[in-house]
Amino acid sequence: MNDSRFATRSELIGILVLAVLLVVILPLCLDVFRLNLVAKYLTYAFVALGLVICWGYGGILSLGQGVFFGLGGYCMAMFLKLEASSVENTKIQSTPGIPDFMDWNQITALPFFWKPFHSLTFTIAAVILVPGIFALIIGAAMFKRRVGGTYFAIITQAVAAILTILIVGQQGYTGGINGMTDLRTLKGWDIRPDHAKVVLYFFEVGLLFACIFIAQFVRHSKLGRILVAMRDQEDRVRFSGYSVANFKIFAFCIAAIFAAIGGAMFALNVGFMSPSFVGIVPSIEMVIYTAVGGRLSILGAVYGTILVNFAKTSLSESFPELWLFGLGGLFIAVVLAFPNGLAGIWGDYVQPRISKLIGTRKPKSDWTDNSVADGAPAE
Amino acid sequence: MSDEANKGLLSPLRRKLLMGMAAVPAMTMLPRASFAQAPATSAVNTTGLAVTDTEVTVGILHSATGTMAISETGSIEAEKLAIEQINAAGGVLGRKIKFIQEDGASDWPTFAEKAKKLLVNDKVAAIMGCWTSASRKAVLPVVEQYNGMLYYPTFYEGLEQSKNVIYTGQEATQQILAGLNWIAKEKGAKTFFFIGSDYIWPRTSNKIARKHVENVLKGKVVGEEYYPLGNTQFNSVINKIKLTKPDVIFTDVVGGSNVAFYKQLKAAGIDLAKQALLTISVTEDEIDGIGGENIAGAYACMKYFQSLDNPNNKAFVPAFKKMWGEKTVIGDVTQAAYLGPWLWKLTVEKAGSFDIDKIAAASPGVEFKGAPEGYVRIHENHHLWSKTRVGRAKLDGQFELIYETADLVEPDPFPKGYQ
Repeated sequence: MNDSRFATRSELIGILVLAVLLVVILPLCLDVFRLNLVAKYLTYAFVALGLVICWGYGGILSLGQGVFFGLGGYCMAMFLKLEASSVENTKIQSTPGIPDFMDWNQITALPFFWKPFHSLTFTIAAVILVPGIFALIIGAAMFKRRVGGTYFAIITQAVAAILTILIVGQQGYTGGINGMTDLRTLKGWDIRPDHAKVVLYFFEVGLLFACIFIAQFVRHSKLGRILVAMRDQEDRVRFSGYSVANFKIFAFCIAAIFAAIGGAMFALNVGFMSPSFVGIVPSIEMVIYTAVGGRLSILGAVYGTILVNFAKTSLSESFPELWLFGLGGLFIAVVLAFPNGLAGIWGDYVQPRISKLIGTRKPKSDWTDNSVADGAPAE
Repeated sequence: MSDEANKGLLSPLRRKLLMGMAAVPAMTMLPRASFAQAPATSAVNTTGLAVTDTEVTVGILHSATGTMAISETGSIEAEKLAIEQINAAGGVLGRKIKFIQEDGASDWPTFAEKAKKLLVNDKVAAIMGCWTSASRKAVLPVVEQYNGMLYYPTFYEGLEQSKNVIYTGQEATQQILAGLNWIAKEKGAKTFFFIGSDYIWPRTSNKIARKHVENVLKGKVVGEEYYPLGNTQFNSVINKIKLTKPDVIFTDVVGGSNVAFYKQLKAAGIDLAKQALLTISVTEDEIDGIGGENIAGAYACMKYFQSLDNPNNKAFVPAFKKMWGEKTVIGDVTQAAYLGPWLWKLTVEKAGSFDIDKIAAASPGVEFKGAPEGYVRIHENHHLWSKTRVGRAKLDGQFELIYETADLVEPDPFPKGYQ
């Protein structure tokens, strides 16, 4: 039918609407502080996008995406921290020229694995490769042995817990529970003032759309169809001669790399990285964003992330002592009433009406076909 | 430890502070005479802070939710009490204090985000807030970038000094050294066993304590062990304590781990009436959870105990209980949090302005005679001169004051010879 390689017409319109919202409306309506908050929310949207591919289409529930978010974020933070720890800036330390937390932990020389992070090129490569290779190893170890479903989810949780303990325990090398704070410049360009925040915001939105296009491409390619087939009937796909494990590893790696890009952007936008983004709780939160947005919808994941985080910020500003209950109630309500999340609400209630309004003139192409196929009663 | 040691550290910041100080008398003397009851807003607020003719807004930024809420609630309560008392006494420069409370949710980046919100959106004149070192480290770049003023209540590891922070708790040397001196003299202690939670504050505190034990007291550290935050299994370290038989167990275990630690210590048959234990991390708040019967006999090194016998404290404790309930207990940090709004008020009135630069410069030398712990004064390095006290835990969860330093101890966040 109307399917192009990347998107159906309605999907293209959806992407366009999101683009107008992020590129035009939000920057015009919000002050820099709120815009920077949106930039922070959007870093999680990268993770949610990855989860749509990995969980929504591939059926692989990962409760450890914080690991990859953290790895990407830490790689970027290491580069920024080294730049902020010039001899000039750190001359009150016992050993000038190394990050401050190393000095507090009696480390007198930069550890070998920190040295390459002086280079921005290496850092960018590391942001993508370190989590990618790590996901490849975990994925190969699990999926080749046909570990899946709940067991896989539990193992990803364990990995998240292990990495958190490792980072907290090795505080001389990682900053421990404090994390890496006080990140200042990127190649001499101060990332803290308002105009830098705006530039970073647009850069991040650009990256997000690149990831959305990759996700769209995966979804509409043969690969995406195999992923869906695998989710619904894994054995049939295997008997048809496909290597199920390889497809799963691929989906998991894509999700990991998206999460890592989000983490790196987080370090840049917030000027901060800490183990509190790596552990079990943040990882589950990231799954919640996807669930609220709708795990089958690429754009839904982005809206879900923005809305949940916006609710988090505004509820906590208005009710500092009660907001967690409100947020919990919101999640329960969404999941119970609308299992397909915001995208489900849109698809079931809003879009039919809009189509009815506009579509009367045009032939009811796309969605009437679908509704007949779904067995919905003709009106 | 004296000024001699500090002179080496004349950082550009410090130099700026000293220069600022020199300008203070001139600034405060001249305009004061002409001020009426409430000086014009345009005169006392030149940088666009949230100050009106009748009100001034400050921020309270602690964890009301999450794992730290149990510790930080006391600080929130103390700050609200102080604000209420200041308002009842006429406010600050004739203006009532209004506060905006934000929840850091025990999450360090959230602290940074909320601090930024308070400074950028709400333009608060000061922030009373943070508790853990991690949250302070997250907030510090924000208050420095947006030129805010943070009053930080917790005893902490030192190695920090900022124009934009007033540290109302003790830094590590103030808390530790006098306590170690006392126990070495009193108990003739020569061997020490260190146990701490694994993060920056215990590690730095123990580093300072080790240097002091080895270089000054000529004693020996027979063991040094760290456990992750939230750890509840201390049996292996308790066995090591039994084997090494130290004269003193020195602990900086924090939070909920304390409950497990003291219960297991008791279950292992270590009697704190005979085995000396000195902690720098247990206040009345923690004993609430540990249970007085599990920790009775242990020594704690603090600057404040609820049981202190002085007129200020005798007024403070009932006022606190009246506002927050008869059952509440007041620990060291709660008292330090109470100092924040008062010190800010006194500093603003000394500077005759709410401007951050002016109060940063006016802070050194500000004294608060009504502090529940007794007299305190702000040092040039923005920490407080205060006494070190040793108390002994009793069955009812209170401390009995055993020892206090004769004079105020100088704050020394970058101690020479201890790094």
